[in-house]
Amino acid sequence: MSIYLRLIWAYLKIGLFGFGGGYAMLSLVQSEVVKNGWISNQMFTDIVAISQMTPGPIGINSATYIGYVSTGNVWGSLIATFVVVLPPYLLTLLASHYITNHQDNAIIKGAFMGLRPVVVGLIASAALLLMNQDNFGSATTHQVISIIICIASFCVVFFTKIHPIMVIILAGIAGYFIF
Amino acid sequence: MNNIYLQLWLTFMKIGAFTFGGGWAMISIIEREIVDRHKWIERNEFLDLLAIAQAMPGILAVNISVVVGDRLKGVKGSIAAAIGTILPSFVIILAIAIFLTPDTIKNNEVLSRIFKGIRPAVVALIIAPVITTARAAKINWKTIIIPVAVALLIYSKLPFVSNPILYIVLGAVGGYIYYTRSILKNRKEGKA
Repeated sequence: MSIYLRLIWAYLKIGLFGFGGGYAMLSLVQSEVVKNGWISNQMFTDIVAISQMTPGPIGINSATYIGYVSTGNVWGSLIATFVVVLPPYLLTLLASHYITNHQDNAIIKGAFMGLRPVVVGLIASAALLLMNQDNFGSATTHQVISIIICIASFCVVFFTKIHPIMVIILAGIAGYFIF
Repeated sequence: MNNIYLQLWLTFMKIGAFTFGGGWAMISIIEREIVDRHKWIERNEFLDLLAIAQAMPGILAVNISVVVGDRLKGVKGSIAAAIGTILPSFVIILAIAIFLTPDTIKNNEVLSRIFKGIRPAVVALIIAPVITTARAAKINWKTIIIPVAVALLIYSKLPFVSNPILYIVLGAVGGYIYYTRSILKNRKEGKA
């Protein structure tokens, strides 16, 4: 089977079965691309590290990178990225249309009433899960500085009109001078 | 700038370019841009859209842009928003794949210091919308048990109960039952 077909098949699966977003998808990406021999385990770890230092969802980052590396050209990148997005794009669009068209339906109305507090919990769980050594460091001094940056960023985003993007830029500058 | 598609595209490109650490990290920026600044949707509606995006498979950041784009301007809006979200990371990663080796990025002293500052800030950008969305969802002392339990059970990483999809299903079913019961109760009281 041509490399392109295998790439399409692998990323279709990753797009369709990757629930929970981001790092939850990683093990699926790993089993697909390392199994296919496109990249080594070491290189996979490298891609994760790069994803943490570049913007954008890790699912997109890995598709773009592995698409290029496995085929040696830009088309591989484009195809893998397109394919990983397409099935969830269509499903999400269908769900969104269906719900918009049935907004007054008792089932939909009730369901969203129950979902709102759940979504608040989902966001809180994402925050909790990210309070780890990857983001706050392992040494005590590093952790103390990280906690200060986190609290300061929170206060700026929550209490002022300063844009969250500005907070990210300022935190980056602070990191450069402190660490 | 009158063209709404161009605005959607540019707004989501900005969001995509500054999203580090996955879809949830986008929420603060999306809230600021789409709810506060452009007033395209209300905070409550934004919560509903997040529920749809999370319930679907695939990349959360892309799904969020699809539901917001679709709510505003239908299929074309969803395409504009999705491409906007994807483009910055696509271009940057492709450039890295073509011109650099993984080691150049990984061992870059300057980048590594910058990101040590950015990572804890990203966590703060996820804590802030917990409070704003809790207000929008009208969470009170009775209902606060729901988000707290959901967050802690997912955080527990235990098998089965740490799966977010479980709570989407439970929330939807529970909400429906509560809603129909409260309608029946109201009707009874109305008659009596």
